[in-house]
Amino acid sequence: MADSKRVVVVAVVLVTAIVLGLILIRILGGSGADPDETAGKRAVTLLNVSYDPTRELYQEFNPAFARYWKAKTGQDVVIEQSHGGAGKQARAVIDGLKADVVTLALAYDIDAIARQGGLLAADWQSRLPENSAPYTSTIVFLVRKDNPKSIRDWDDLVKPGVEVITPNPKTSGGARWNYLAAWAFALKKELGDLKALHHPAQAAQVEQAQARAREFVAELHKHVPVLDSGARGSTNTFAQRGIGDVLLAWENEAFLAVNELGPDKFDIVVPSISILAEPPVAVIDKVVEKKGTREVAEEYLKYLYSPEGQRIVARHYYRPAYPQHADPADLERFPDVERVRIDEVFGGWRKAQETHFNDGGVFDQIYQVSK
Amino acid sequence: MAGTIAFRTGSASSGAAGRPAITEPAPVRWALIGVSLSFLGLFLLIPLAGVFVEAFRKGAGAFFAALRDPAALAAVKLTLLVAAIAVPVNCVFGLAASWAIAKFNFVGKNLLITLIDLPFAVSPVISGLIYILVYGLHGWLGPFLSAHDIEIIFAVPGIVLATLFVTFPFVAREVIPLMQVQGNDDEEAAITLGAGGLQTFFRVTLPNVKWAVLYGVILCNARAMGEFGAVSVVSGHIRGKTSTMPLHVEILYNEYNFVAAFAVASLLALLALATLALKSFVEWRSRRPFAEAPDAAVLEDLSHEH
Repeated sequence: MADSKRVVVVAVVLVTAIVLGLILIRILGGSGADPDETAGKRAVTLLNVSYDPTRELYQEFNPAFARYWKAKTGQDVVIEQSHGGAGKQARAVIDGLKADVVTLALAYDIDAIARQGGLLAADWQSRLPENSAPYTSTIVFLVRKDNPKSIRDWDDLVKPGVEVITPNPKTSGGARWNYLAAWAFALKKELGDLKALHHPAQAAQVEQAQARAREFVAELHKHVPVLDSGARGSTNTFAQRGIGDVLLAWENEAFLAVNELGPDKFDIVVPSISILAEPPVAVIDKVVEKKGTREVAEEYLKYLYSPEGQRIVARHYYRPAYPQHADPADLERFPDVERVRIDEVFGGWRKAQETHFNDGGVFDQIYQVSK
Repeated sequence: MAGTIAFRTGSASSGAAGRPAITEPAPVRWALIGVSLSFLGLFLLIPLAGVFVEAFRKGAGAFFAALRDPAALAAVKLTLLVAAIAVPVNCVFGLAASWAIAKFNFVGKNLLITLIDLPFAVSPVISGLIYILVYGLHGWLGPFLSAHDIEIIFAVPGIVLATLFVTFPFVAREVIPLMQVQGNDDEEAAITLGAGGLQTFFRVTLPNVKWAVLYGVILCNARAMGEFGAVSVVSGHIRGKTSTMPLHVEILYNEYNFVAAFAVASLLALLALATLALKSFVEWRSRRPFAEAPDAAVLEDLSHEH
């Protein structure tokens, strides 16, 4: 009998401990007061679903926008963030993650939300200036200090003994840009000039060049020991776990890794040719209509194009759409590099996605072979 | 499984006369002990210590600042909330299922036993995806939920559901073998002496299995707090809102915020260590009074009441 009482006592103690813990956290956490109650107007909450390397950018941009919105309307705005591989994030929005705005790595992922989810209009990309891309970027190489394997250009990635780190193009937007940049390099090497792609007379050479590009990209992926699901995972694999000789990375991610993890450990190498990456932004119509947040969500994205938004963008190593607003010192950090457009070389995102990254596409074929 | 083993060691050591029939030579014994200790040290202790070293790398100030961060506090709170819901629910379910399986026969009993083990067999990622399939915007119930503004996936209810799923078997798995061994004799005696159904349950059955229940609850709690895979699929990873402690550790790590990541990780490790201590205590306690329940006093009580 005494024992069963003890069980009850233990159970009561456990429950009390949990309840006390919750109360304690409320007290500790509640010191900042609930924004809902302090605001004259009811505070509004936005959820920005973004891709991997924008964490630091939006950590700085969100408070700046909140100040701006407060000054303009008197309303408090709280912006919540969710980050991950762009494909995975788009999938979550389609499955019901209530994003007011998405800021993803490539237009295709937002297209998927429009097409498969029907959550925003198909013409979303024409709603904001510059193809809805307030900032652009490109793909560069991050190598170990002093470049011990002397990696200078895309060719060097397939030299014997070189290990390349890049994420999985199935789940990561950055990886898709990496892959396409490598492909564009091989095409240019074969053809001399990418304009040849659009000359009907040179169709035979183009076909041959495409075949060589495919071989090159397949060979490149044989040098990849780890395929992470997102860009940040790959950076950690390369920088923290010390795997690989070269990381194919977003320019901003490469700069950030050098700054955060030590300029004495890594060097950035700029290849002869890379790709113009346009990470676009969009308001998710169905969500903002339901939540009644359209006005603030649209203003949030527009603010990315404002002088302050562009300054913050450039500070975080994204190339601003309007460089005149950015600090010239920030702009100087961006190296000159030929950046090819996806529309010119691959006929746009939808075509590139269908040819290369859908199930059974070129990536599946070459990756199976290379395994 | 774990329960069966614990149960056996329990009864073996209570049969005090048992001396090992074979004795290994000393070098063999030392080699065995050495191998297992160095293995544990290499793969468990050193990494675990590493978590704490990293957490305090920039001093105690940075450590506590990381834990006071609102997003970290929100993660701790969410983790405790999820455990506070999942553990009692699974405790009730586990008892009901064990009672059904151990005390009487019915059609589909084997199916029930198999189903209880399902979460052990299924990868946590799949458990998460199941819920997306059912409750996601384009899932079976998605349109209905969306029309009624009920949020399940990418919100707290989804996280609770996913945790419930993966922690489902723990209590039942601990209690079933014990109940089966004990049989129905005590209950029959109680009922013969005039006890009602509930009275029998609370005064005979429950005290008989209390240590197994507690053991199951502790394991269930450990898993509920530590679950990563299933929760990751349904969480949506909204910082400060739908991130449990394991997910928050990942977020911080991915933000190059290593001290904060390891600070939260060390808190999680401390919770686990406390759980382990509690588990050892329960094992030690349960080993002793095995044979005595239901104590004579209970039966005497019952007979007095009538």
